[in-house]
Amino acid sequence: MKLAVLLVLATIAFLILGFAFPVHQAATPGIVSGEALPGVGGSTNTPEAAVRSLLGDVQAHDWSRAYSMLANANDVPEEAFIHDVNGNYGSLRTFSSLEGSRTRVLNESGDQALVRADMHWSTAVGPIYDVKELKAVQQGGAWKIVWPLEKQPTVPPQVVPVNYLRWDVISRGPQDDWGTQNVDSPQVRIVSMNAVQHGSTLVIVGEVVNEDTVPAFVDINAILLGKNGQDLDQESSFDKIQHTLLPKQVSPYRIDFPGYNLSQVKNVRMDAKAMLVPASADPVIAVLDQHEQTNVLGRKVLSGNLLNESGRVVNIAQVLATYYDSNGKVIWVSDGYVDRALLPQTPEPFAVDMPDNTVGKVQSYRVTVNHYIREQS
Amino acid sequence: MCRILPAVCLAVCLTATVSLAAQDLQLPATVAAGSGFAIPTSGSGSATLYLVGPSYAAKRQVQLGEKILVQPQEVRSAGRYLAIVRGGGTSQSGSFYVVAAKSASLSFLAHPSRIPVAQRDGVIGVAFVFDKWHNLVRRPETVDFRLAAKDAPPVIQSVRSRDGVAWALMNSGHKAGNAKFVAALDGIEETRVIQQVAADPCHLQIRAERNAKGVLVETAPVRDCSGNPVSDGTVVTFTANGPQGLSTVDVPIKKDVAQAELKIPGPATISVASGVVMGNEVRVGGQP
Repeated sequence: MKLAVLLVLATIAFLILGFAFPVHQAATPGIVSGEALPGVGGSTNTPEAAVRSLLGDVQAHDWSRAYSMLANANDVPEEAFIHDVNGNYGSLRTFSSLEGSRTRVLNESGDQALVRADMHWSTAVGPIYDVKELKAVQQGGAWKIVWPLEKQPTVPPQVVPVNYLRWDVISRGPQDDWGTQNVDSPQVRIVSMNAVQHGSTLVIVGEVVNEDTVPAFVDINAILLGKNGQDLDQESSFDKIQHTLLPKQVSPYRIDFPGYNLSQVKNVRMDAKAMLVPASADPVIAVLDQHEQTNVLGRKVLSGNLLNESGRVVNIAQVLATYYDSNGKVIWVSDGYVDRALLPQTPEPFAVDMPDNTVGKVQSYRVTVNHYIREQS
Repeated sequence: MCRILPAVCLAVCLTATVSLAAQDLQLPATVAAGSGFAIPTSGSGSATLYLVGPSYAAKRQVQLGEKILVQPQEVRSAGRYLAIVRGGGTSQSGSFYVVAAKSASLSFLAHPSRIPVAQRDGVIGVAFVFDKWHNLVRRPETVDFRLAAKDAPPVIQSVRSRDGVAWALMNSGHKAGNAKFVAALDGIEETRVIQQVAADPCHLQIRAERNAKGVLVETAPVRDCSGNPVSDGTVVTFTANGPQGLSTVDVPIKKDVAQAELKIPGPATISVASGVVMGNEVRVGGQP
């Protein structure tokens, strides 16, 4: 009873104190007062501010406001614009959000300007950096953006017959007799391995082939051995490999050891693990027009087009590029995700970087494609 | 006195040894698993028999001076057994070995389940010989390993088992298809299936022809060096190198042939590879 009275008195005392000494609410940390998000509803009286405002709206998923910033709204349907910035067909962009951006005016003359926007997307597979050069025009006293919509050609309605192989696996269970036969794991072989120093990271690159007649799920592990034969570190190829290999298919692999130097390592122990998995030979993705070029940031990239030759949409595609020197030795493996879905029979551009220290040494290259398809129920 | 004492000690020890030896049971040195036998005893009165084996222990009352019958089910597991009879103030004991009975089953391990054709010593078979009671039969037995593919004479190797294990290395055949791998011993047979598959492609050849959409490139029927068609689904890589850049496509073989349509307008040199095997190169001109 005494405790109850005490609690009631304490509550009354705190209420009186609260009224006597009110605390003023502070602004939410990280958000500038007066703006919900950086750029949102911002000024459009300069080309750069207009681009920043547009990107702020994209970041806030305020599509109609972003669309109202377009100078070429007559040519760009709102739905197409939203698909362009927010993705469609279950592409990687649909699992992404704009994390931040930097803008720079490349040139400005009168009522026109060119603004470069470096966009940093946060995606399901890690950060992706995208660069767009946006044209800004002054309309009615405000700057607006000419959105460079990449129009996707529409594929005519058709039936694409697919009769490629598919492998299913029936394995022996633990309850079956001991000593009776099971299906062996596929035979895979590491056909090349090279250790290269890339900045402060020791990188193991090479290729692995599935020598078997059945599909294999492959993972490559590497253990660095020090001068005294002791284990220094162990890493796997993670997503820098084509995990599912069809018979006789070759995949590059790359294993990164951040913070290690070649001089610390006496030996590398490699281990290829292969598992028999169900797989399908469909879809076939061609890699067309591969060529080296310099991108808008002045960096060397390997670019080309992916062509999905099947009849169904490939939601997410990952490009793996293997670079060889004049002796045919693998000197680097780059990878990059394509943030748009691969529509049937429709070329989709890609570009993966070529590190500066390999540019002069690259004699040839090979591009392979990993694909992820959302299962349809 | 000093000379007599060691002689007395020796005599006592010998007497004790002789008396102990006299108390040993008369047991067979070895007994086949699952076969009963009798232990003769001396003296009179009742006694207790203790029988202890690798997976069996028993205690029962017996009459001294009568034969003690050991039942077949008491000696099913191979190994060393100890029999002790205690009664009438004496203890008699002895040991015997139960060895595996007649071979009755084979545990057969065959490896691999899939093998390319014409692989030397590529197939391994290991057979473990067991009796009816799952004891490893350690005496030498002749196990026949037989690898038989369809439309080909079987290859047979007879191997004497050593310590219950017999093994054989065999070459895979030259014809793709399922092969029966049998281990046999005295009418006991165990069968496994070895899938003999085509080896790497041999003489990979392509032809290319320009059409309205691009270049249609197609392999000749892809076969290994023994003439077996390479398995459907095997990936063949076509690479076209031209002024517009490099174009590649990985396509699986379907009905012995891989084909792809490369959408390249200009002239190109097209090559083919499958795994680590390279094929020929062809040149095609640009679109007219």
